[in-house]
Amino acid sequence: MKTVSFDTLVIGGGASGMAAALAVAEEGWKVAIVEREESLGGILHQCIHNGFGLHYFKEELSGPEYAERFSEMVESSNISVYLNMTIMDIVKEGDGLTAFGLSMDPGMVRFKVRTVVFANGCRERNRGNIGIPGTRPSGVFTAGLAQRLVNLEGLVPGKECVIVGSGDIGLIMARRMSWIGAHVKAVVEIQPNPAGLTRNIVQCLNDFDIPLYLSHVVGNIKGKDRVEGVDVIPLENGIQQRDKMFSIDCDTLLLAVGLVPDNELARKIGVALNQETGGPVVDSTLMTGIEGVFACGNLLHVHDLVDFVTEESFRCGTFVSGFLKGKRPEKQYKTNPGKNVKYIVPNHYERIRENRFYMRTLIVKNNALLSVKVKGTEIYSKKLRHIQPSEMIQFSLTEEDFKLIKEEGPMEVSIE
Amino acid sequence: MKKELICIACPLGCRLTARWLNEETIDITGNKCPRGEEYGKEEVIDPKRVVTATVRLKSTSIKRLPVMTKGTVPKDKIAELLNRLYTIELSAPVLRGEVVMDMPDEGVQVLSSRTVRR
Amino acid sequence: MKENIFDVAIIGGGVAGAAIARKLSSYDCTVSLLEKECDVSFGVSKANSGIIHGGFHHGPGYLKSRLEVQGNRMFDQLEEELHFPFKRCGIVVAAFSEEEMKTVQQLYRNGEANKIVGLELCNRARILELEPKLNRDVVGGLYAPAGGIIEPYRFVFSLVESAVKNGVQLRTEFEVVTAERTNGYYDIRSSTGDKILSKWVINAAGLFADRVSAVFKAEEFRIIPRKGEEFLLGRNCSSRPNHVIFPVPGAVSKGILVIPTVEGTTMIGPTAREQESKDDFSTTEENLNQVFSSARRLIPSLSQREIITSFAGLRPALKSGDFYIGISGKRPNFVQVAGIQSPGLTAVPAIAEYVKDLLKKDGLVLTEKIDYDPAIPDQPRIRYADNNEIDSLVKKNPAFGRVVCRCESVSEAEIVAAVRNGHTTLDGVKFYTRAQMGKCQGGFCTDRIVKIISRETGMDIVSITKRGRGTYLARNKIGDFEVKDENSIV
Repeated sequence: MKTVSFDTLVIGGGASGMAAALAVAEEGWKVAIVEREESLGGILHQCIHNGFGLHYFKEELSGPEYAERFSEMVESSNISVYLNMTIMDIVKEGDGLTAFGLSMDPGMVRFKVRTVVFANGCRERNRGNIGIPGTRPSGVFTAGLAQRLVNLEGLVPGKECVIVGSGDIGLIMARRMSWIGAHVKAVVEIQPNPAGLTRNIVQCLNDFDIPLYLSHVVGNIKGKDRVEGVDVIPLENGIQQRDKMFSIDCDTLLLAVGLVPDNELARKIGVALNQETGGPVVDSTLMTGIEGVFACGNLLHVHDLVDFVTEESFRCGTFVSGFLKGKRPEKQYKTNPGKNVKYIVPNHYERIRENRFYMRTLIVKNNALLSVKVKGTEIYSKKLRHIQPSEMIQFSLTEEDFKLIKEEGPMEVSIE
Repeated sequence: MKKELICIACPLGCRLTARWLNEETIDITGNKCPRGEEYGKEEVIDPKRVVTATVRLKSTSIKRLPVMTKGTVPKDKIAELLNRLYTIELSAPVLRGEVVMDMPDEGVQVLSSRTVRR
Repeated sequence: MKENIFDVAIIGGGVAGAAIARKLSSYDCTVSLLEKECDVSFGVSKANSGIIHGGFHHGPGYLKSRLEVQGNRMFDQLEEELHFPFKRCGIVVAAFSEEEMKTVQQLYRNGEANKIVGLELCNRARILELEPKLNRDVVGGLYAPAGGIIEPYRFVFSLVESAVKNGVQLRTEFEVVTAERTNGYYDIRSSTGDKILSKWVINAAGLFADRVSAVFKAEEFRIIPRKGEEFLLGRNCSSRPNHVIFPVPGAVSKGILVIPTVEGTTMIGPTAREQESKDDFSTTEENLNQVFSSARRLIPSLSQREIITSFAGLRPALKSGDFYIGISGKRPNFVQVAGIQSPGLTAVPAIAEYVKDLLKKDGLVLTEKIDYDPAIPDQPRIRYADNNEIDSLVKKNPAFGRVVCRCESVSEAEIVAAVRNGHTTLDGVKFYTRAQMGKCQGGFCTDRIVKIISRETGMDIVSITKRGRGTYLARNKIGDFEVKDENSIV
């Protein structure tokens, strides 16, 4: 078995892995990226729509363009890229880590490394996860799989389509299906509010007169061989109103019902996971509970925009470099989600440098107030024009800020 | 005549109403800021969209080339544009940003959004 | 035309038909195995609990009980020859009251009468020692170490592969619609107009055994479909038990079980509800809740959060509750193998022997084949191999180095093996390899698999199906449909 040594092994060559690897390599460390697919870019390749890069490149790019700009940076760096390779296992050995990557050529490769960055993204929740009853015909796709079949394979999954979930992925797929000549008959959303951006509601649904059923669920899938229709049930105060159930005939059902970090490998090596994000619990430097193992991007928590993934992963790479230089967080305090907050990442902070926080709320509100308290004293607050669970909220506290803050201890973040 | 719209200039999503006072003058209400008025007027007079799609590609690595219009396209030209894109076939190599289709009469250009070497 | 004349035609490519076909393939006779679906094991055999029963649920008065006991003992040799996933993990029956303990004692007596080895009556301490995840309210129970679990479809695939290797002709998409007897042969026609002639016919048609019997104008009986809904929990489920856990059985069924599958997932179910339809495999929310509350009575830590999928199967039950295996009294050279529901999977190796003896008795001359080879090659699978073994597999065949299904660690070489073995649908590949069976349920690998099927078979991607007939994945390509102007869509 071939053995190679690196300072850092980055698992996943998507937006997150590329940024993390670039940041580590920039400091002169020896870095490898292991990517399952045949090119760098990850899920961006199938996201052919525009809307990427507004924050990072100040331009509106498509997914493949965004990916390519980064893969060109990786190519011109001295990062070693292993394509068509899957990491099968990681073990702790001495004060380093050993990972096993499998590819057709040269077979199994043993990576002896000092640090590992998990940047292998997320996966889609599926029918089994949300338990839609009914028959099990062909024609039920997760939205991402359908997107791959359409945008990478040039296939039309079906002619008459119903979509479950009004998050951006569901909305983008509604437009894509319409733009390949299929008829999207409805988007069904369990929540009382649309989960996606208003821009996407307008341009992906309203442009095509696609009805959006809020507070509705698909309660039954019909059809023996291929999907023949679905039963849609309205909810009132969260309770299914079966007497008001109606049917929609369709041959295709797309499920855009959420993403979860793809943490099987992380879990296998004993990384502790956060119940709310599904990703690893990390310290203020995005390091997991296992020394030298870091996490960023959608594997850490699911982001709304790739630009934020890039930003977080660059930061992660900087922390990895710091770790390699022997830097360890000195005094960390917990970050706790308070009222109306679903989660906050990272799960710890330090007072000696800038800390950037990503979080999600549980509520929909205009003119909300974010408040950070330490030991009951408010140390920071921020006005938010509009908040909803599907939109990530971020804020930063710098070293300068902390100089003015006397209170030391766990911080609680709440939203009113 | 009047038309209901949702403003997409920012995440607030104001419900706008556009009213034609006469042939030329349109009045926008419901907006909370000037950007809303601007968006509303353009959306009723000359709605435009960026269009993305894929085109058949002869290549050893990928089957479909992702493409995007340069700037926006009048909404009523989108169907025609897509139907034309779906009939063409390109061959690698293709560079990112390369023009893959031109509709000069409409002032529309479609660009490759990926580089495919072979 | 000659190749369409057989000594024996077996109708039904489920586990019973497959086991009988393999048994007969060891003799010098020509055998055809007819399956109406596009692959074997696509009926009753694909959706069941995969239990190798312990021989204690019924006393020796039942045919099914005698065959179960005999069948159970044959599995070690079968596994050696056919390499399907099988493990004698043992069965634990958990009792929660003194009343239930009385039933457990009856089960123990059944087992003793059936001469089961190793059966153990357990007190509370012993049962909790065997199965620490059990509800602490347990009062005692039964332990049957000879009980186990298998992957039922893999078992069928292996049986058929072995049968075909030894000369059996497999005909898929052969749905028998008419049969006339002339000159000592049954002239059997399929729904698509195919025809074969056969001297003997074995009706192993599962749910449709009553219909097939009617086509041959043999005995009239009715198969009553009894639905079982099952729920599958992912790998690394913290509630996974060490043994198959049974509650104390009720009158109609053996109850809701918690099953540690051979491949590392955990399954709970099945429900048991009779229905009219033979093609209604739907699942309902009510039954999910019922299954979970029953299963939690056994292992309280089971969580719905761990569900990765659910499915339903239909048991081909007869009113008698027993198997119906015998030579037809109405038609010559016709053997009925009907009502093969639980413990059918356990019993099939013995059923095959039993049917072979019936055929002999009925006049079929059976001489052993000199070149009969009971073994099939063991297909290497990367999830069973360690890193060094995988490395040497890749050196021999690079396709072992491409992971197609990340959740279940399935390599491209395994997908190719499935396709080359005739499993050319998404479900066929799934049952042969486990690709699409894990946590993402095909979300990541479906497109990769269709591309491999297309490459290996030459089929266009648009004609690839989930499980034959109208179960197409994507029938059209971009450009097939005209995009309409938005304003013209009303």
